[in-house]
Amino acid sequence: MAIKVRVPAPLQKLTKNQSEIQANGTNIKELIDDLERNFPGIKGRICDETGKVRRFINIYVNEEDVRFLQQDQTLLEDGDEVSIIPAIAGGR
Amino acid sequence: MKLREDQIERYSRQIILPNVGGKGQEKLLNAKVLIIGAGGLGSPCALYLASAGIGKIGIVDSDKVELNNLQRQILHSNSNVGKTKVESAKERMTGINPDVEVITYNLRLTSENILDIIRNYDIIVDGSDNFPTRYLVNDACVISRKPLSHGGIFRFDGQAITILPHQSACYRCLFPEPPLPGLVPSCQEAGILGAVAGIIGTIQANEALKYILEIGNLLAGKLLVFNALDSSFRQVKVPKDPKCQICGESPTVTKLIDYEEFCSLKKIKEE
Repeated sequence: MAIKVRVPAPLQKLTKNQSEIQANGTNIKELIDDLERNFPGIKGRICDETGKVRRFINIYVNEEDVRFLQQDQTLLEDGDEVSIIPAIAGGR
Repeated sequence: MKLREDQIERYSRQIILPNVGGKGQEKLLNAKVLIIGAGGLGSPCALYLASAGIGKIGIVDSDKVELNNLQRQILHSNSNVGKTKVESAKERMTGINPDVEVITYNLRLTSENILDIIRNYDIIVDGSDNFPTRYLVNDACVISRKPLSHGGIFRFDGQAITILPHQSACYRCLFPEPPLPGLVPSCQEAGILGAVAGIIGTIQANEALKYILEIGNLLAGKLLVFNALDSSFRQVKVPKDPKCQICGESPTVTKLIDYEEFCSLKKIKEE
């Protein structure tokens, strides 16, 4: 299942500077594991030691935040777009 | 309040807008906006708000103008390098529009001073550059029920959201806690293109203007995500979080937190 994943600037070092990548998975957890296989180190940036998505990073399926769906069990369908959006603080 | 001749002339291009008019202009002239940070985001925002005739604009910044600021901080000019940013900002804003009363705060916001400062304003614009200030500003605005326009930039990415406390999601509903120091690089380490700051800061000015004029739809409950390399604007939904630590059903953050101090204290304890 091909899911388009939007990668934010802070993580693009791990994705060879790509801002959009393709990944597979039937839910968010599988998708993150698939990302980790292709871009080692990315899971540790998105999730904490217990495997939970960090509290300053959100994952959206299309326009919806998975925290308000089924968290990492949120199901994915072909053609869904996943966005990883971290808090950013720059302003100067 | 009656608009003077010169005001009708100055603001004519916005007064002729169907949903602004003389009444809207009076609202702008009576409005009070606080801009936090006279930097990349605060600069375009301050310029547009001063030009539009916001009656009173407060500006908070503790820094002095440096040469490396001028690539993006369009409030400041070469001749003001070394001056405080708030003085430089005031000079430029009143130079554009003498109608505007500019109040300068040459200080760093803390849990001690923020409530007293924001009390005097109708809406707050956060253009600061660090997580401790952003969470402090969010929490203070929620506690004081002050609307807040939040904007952030990182390299080619930008974000903006408008927070109507207790009505729409706050910044903690969106991101419950700031990252630990060092986990996310700051703008200083990351680099920024001036135009990217300009776009997000201008969106924040536009949000403040719409709020004051009571027109259109605010970015409340929605996060605007901008990518400069694709020229893409997208919006994602930001529901109010019932478990939010500050505006949820049983808040656990009941007083303001100075995160930096908290973090450095923790460090000292660990050592």
